[in-house]
Amino acid sequence: MLGKDLLGLYDTSAEDITAILDTAVGMKKLLTQNLKKLPHLQGRTVTTLFYENSTRTRCSFELAAKYLGAGTVNISASSSSVQKGETLIDTGRTLDAMKNDVIVIRHPMGGAPHLLAKNVKASVVNGGDGMNEHPTQALLDFYTMREKFGSFKGLKVSILGDIKHSRVAKSNLFGLTKLGAEVTMFAPATLMPQGIERMGAKIAKSREEALAGANVVMGLRIQLERMHGGLFPSLSEYAKYYGVGEECLKFADKDCIVMHPGPVNRGVEFTSDVIDAENSEINEQVLNGVAVRMALLFLLCKNRQGGEKHE
Amino acid sequence: MSKLLIKGGTAVFADRCEVCDILVDGKKIVKIAKNVEEKGAKVIDAAGLHVFPGLIDMHVHLREPGFEYKEDIASGSAAAVRGGFTQICCMPNTDPVCDNAAVVGYIVARGREVNLCKVRPIGAITKGEKGEQLAEIGKMKEAGAVAISDDGRPVANARIMRLAMEYASDFGLICLSHCEDKDLVDGGAVNEGYNSTLAGLKGIPRAAEEIMLAREIILAETLGKRAHICHVSTKGGVQLLREAKKRGVAITAETCPHYFTLTDDVITSFDANTKVNPPIREAEDVAAIREGLRDGTLDCIVTDHAPHHKDEKNVEYNLAAFGISGIETSFSLSYTYLVKAGVLTLEQLADRMSAAPARILGLEGGVLAEGNAADIMLADLNAKYVIDSKDFVSKGKNTPFNGTEVYGKVCCTIVDGDVKYGA
Repeated sequence: MLGKDLLGLYDTSAEDITAILDTAVGMKKLLTQNLKKLPHLQGRTVTTLFYENSTRTRCSFELAAKYLGAGTVNISASSSSVQKGETLIDTGRTLDAMKNDVIVIRHPMGGAPHLLAKNVKASVVNGGDGMNEHPTQALLDFYTMREKFGSFKGLKVSILGDIKHSRVAKSNLFGLTKLGAEVTMFAPATLMPQGIERMGAKIAKSREEALAGANVVMGLRIQLERMHGGLFPSLSEYAKYYGVGEECLKFADKDCIVMHPGPVNRGVEFTSDVIDAENSEINEQVLNGVAVRMALLFLLCKNRQGGEKHE
Repeated sequence: MSKLLIKGGTAVFADRCEVCDILVDGKKIVKIAKNVEEKGAKVIDAAGLHVFPGLIDMHVHLREPGFEYKEDIASGSAAAVRGGFTQICCMPNTDPVCDNAAVVGYIVARGREVNLCKVRPIGAITKGEKGEQLAEIGKMKEAGAVAISDDGRPVANARIMRLAMEYASDFGLICLSHCEDKDLVDGGAVNEGYNSTLAGLKGIPRAAEEIMLAREIILAETLGKRAHICHVSTKGGVQLLREAKKRGVAITAETCPHYFTLTDDVITSFDANTKVNPPIREAEDVAAIREGLRDGTLDCIVTDHAPHHKDEKNVEYNLAAFGISGIETSFSLSYTYLVKAGVLTLEQLADRMSAAPARILGLEGGVLAEGNAADIMLADLNAKYVIDSKDFVSKGKNTPFNGTEVYGKVCCTIVDGDVKYGA
């Protein structure tokens, strides 16, 4: 079963993923009944330690912890002693000394959560590390897919966008291949990383091929800084050749759903028509994110044994 | 002067291994023969041991002056003799940069004061290693520099490199080129490929190394000058060198133990001790490096000994310093992964780790022969041990080899006839 930390889906079994999703079903039920003062994590403390800007992930974790009765603390790199040059390990040990149960870390560099986890007694949850993984985003994506389609067996998931820099794409790939789905990816060659096929992804040669028969069409955010770095010439050229509009969606399965981890660049990855269409799950993903994170925090804290986690 | 008699060891020569005795008088080897007896000589019983020419490492970082918290000439020299090295050549990326006769002279003097192994400074190619103006190469040579290099800061401007090769040749010095196109590296931390994608760490393409390597070959070839390529890590690099040598280009090259022992699978642990420049590559590169050493395309093994403080490694992978503290593990790794693995003979190992660097830089030593400097290393090839950085005498404990089981333990290191380690 789930260990002390959740650092990535590469090292998480299909059974553990399913257990988190199963637990999240109950959490979502409570949420939809507007029951937001639950006792599951009473007496626990969850800290979000964010070295990168984030609205939805941080807010989602904080609310998930609060709804379950945990105390929460939010630290951002800009407002903390990080600015004074404190190392990640020292920051982690400080948080440990204050008896945190869970630290959710977001960091611009791959492997930072692993370094933290090795050095603290608190459970560490990876809230996104560089180009490595974003496991809770993928978990909420899985939840959304399972809710719509019931099963992952043979499910065709197409991921389009900046695959190279996307931790979301990788966490999705690692998890979905374990769960039995087929993952197809499409991006400009400059935004496609090496070796992704060996990890189980199919690389599409065209947008049409990428979308053909897809049950899930997932777009990834294109960051403006990539354009400035010369990886593609302009947003409009990107939208023209790599973006998805209503006419492209015709190639996908007629019952397909549209997903995006947000925030969306309207008119770039997806046209507004696609974002606002009935089969768009983008807002449902956000709700599911809270439920999945509630489930994860609950399971991790259950593993920690009552109060005995700090020897 | 005192005499030393090394009795009963198997001496490793260029063409054979043979049990014989070696008599040292003062700083020289005076006799190599069977059953030597010498009254008054101190006897070292080498029965069961192999006797190598003292190892020579033409690429180390001693960090002094300027970064003594990482390493200094005393600790680096102590680590060198523990590793079986009698001569080491230190790169100029110190603070101040070793780009003038004064710093060269300081390093030479400190090396003599420490008096463990022979410390040979390498001067910078350009002032401040900035890649703009040639450093005072003649004066540095006079002060004791044995080569020039801007190691760690590649000479980006091909015209400057051309001028350096030409000018340095007037003084009989060779340019050691750290090949790296910084635009292609673009902040990368590990080899670009499957594992960089898996770990989400920014990759360094092989092309970054090979493009500049090809440039140096072309420069050396068209100018008719010598050049030496530092720490070759890629299959493509080996191929370029093999073809160049076939054409008769006066080019030589080195590689390091971490390039013929490890694949970049090790980076997925995010252990920053695996972070080194050039990065650890993939299995096909490892095979090509081994083959390059076997057929002589790669002339020698160096360590690129790059000691760092633990605080510079115990951070996020991207923030960690590049480099491996390698001088105390080089012999055992090379023996285990090359000789025991059937890639090199013992004679070839002695060539790659001693004779070849001496040839390339025109240094003394390098072979066991009467009349040569008494720079000698004794090793127990049957001794098996597990590498543990806690045992290092280098200040740098940054190694990816902790826990690796190796064969071949250095037992004794003799420099100019003086026992500096073991025995």
